Amino acid sequence: MDIPYTVHPRADTGLYNAKVGIWLFLASEVMLFGALFSSYILLRVGAPDGTWPHSVLNIPLGTLNTIVLISSSITVVLAWASLKLNNFARYRVIQSITLLCSLIFLVIKSFEYRDKFAHYQVVQKDGKYVDGHLTGSVYLDADKKTREEHGFRGLSFTEGPKGAQKKFTLESVTVNGFEAKSLAEINNPKVGVHHEHKDFKIAAAQIKKIGNYGPWHNTYMAIYFTLTGLHALHVIGGALVIGYIWGPGAAMWKTDPERYINRVEVSGLFWHFVDLVWIFLFPVLYLL
Amino acid sequence: MSATTPDEVHKSVRKYLAVFIALIIGTVITVGAYYVHLPSVAMTIAVALLIASVKAFLVAGFFMHLISEKKMIYGILVATVFFVIGLCFLTIWSMHDFPANMNHSVTGQM
Repeated sequence: MDIPYTVHPRADTGLYNAKVGIWLFLASEVMLFGALFSSYILLRVGAPDGTWPHSVLNIPLGTLNTIVLISSSITVVLAWASLKLNNFARYRVIQSITLLCSLIFLVIKSFEYRDKFAHYQVVQKDGKYVDGHLTGSVYLDADKKTREEHGFRGLSFTEGPKGAQKKFTLESVTVNGFEAKSLAEINNPKVGVHHEHKDFKIAAAQIKKIGNYGPWHNTYMAIYFTLTGLHALHVIGGALVIGYIWGPGAAMWKTDPERYINRVEVSGLFWHFVDLVWIFLFPVLYLL
Repeated sequence: MSATTPDEVHKSVRKYLAVFIALIIGTVITVGAYYVHLPSVAMTIAVALLIASVKAFLVAGFFMHLISEKKMIYGILVATVFFVIGLCFLTIWSMHDFPANMNHSVTGQM
């Protein structure tokens, strides 16, 4: 099936159709992210005073990712300009940097995500909090004969072959972090106050609640994962399309160069939009 | 709209590089403003969002060629901007609908 297309600007719109198409698509994307940004405003303004978390995220990593994404934005537009100058070889080189940047961005993002899943908050029965990285958890089976030490698997779990399953219950956890008297102390650390990090061994009997900083932790983490997750999906999608045009799709440069340049331009417009979303996401989630 | 002759393309490339440098500087200022701790929260938010808006304008205007685009695309975007602003304000307006005695921090804050 051949999808109808135009390569040259139409007389009535002054644009080739794909360009109108991508802008309509971007308009719908603005609404999609706009809805989530407005959810963010609702959650943020609606949070009781002093409860909105600050300095949860790694600012140097976020800054680095911002610079990586801005760099990929300039390479996209320079790659397109190279094609306009009929320099296919240079386009290939510059656009490969774009693809590399998208990969770096995703790797950094995945490190940040992994960090949040290893970051735990323990509410103790005496009301104090311990916040930090979970470094170990010890489990005991029902007859207290077998002791197992490995990653956190909840307050209890069952394991073993069918029929001979054993139930293990948590004995203690070790958290490398700091102790705090209130949530506010964790969410709004005072300027200049540095918490000394050390190992806390907490007995299961002392634990009132334990959980990591996944999307379920609080509304801030929920909107953080929703916004950055959706954005990361856009990075993946954009990189796939740009990669396809750069690699297997490049045969078109020989058969229909103008249409090929249009493809590069349209995929570039999408990429700039992804960069644009990040320009707002970074200060809103990391700094404010 | 977009450059067509080699000369125009070369000129655009210089513009793109200038925009790139401006975007990096904007990022550095945003992060710098965070570390110097501005006197008020409102000011911190205002500075961060102002710089982000300028950066967004640069990306949309120059990288996406919006400053010299055809009317039809402006038409699409005007409608989008109208609705997205409406969307953001709807949530803010909705917060004024709560009874005053609810445990809701918005009272007296907006």
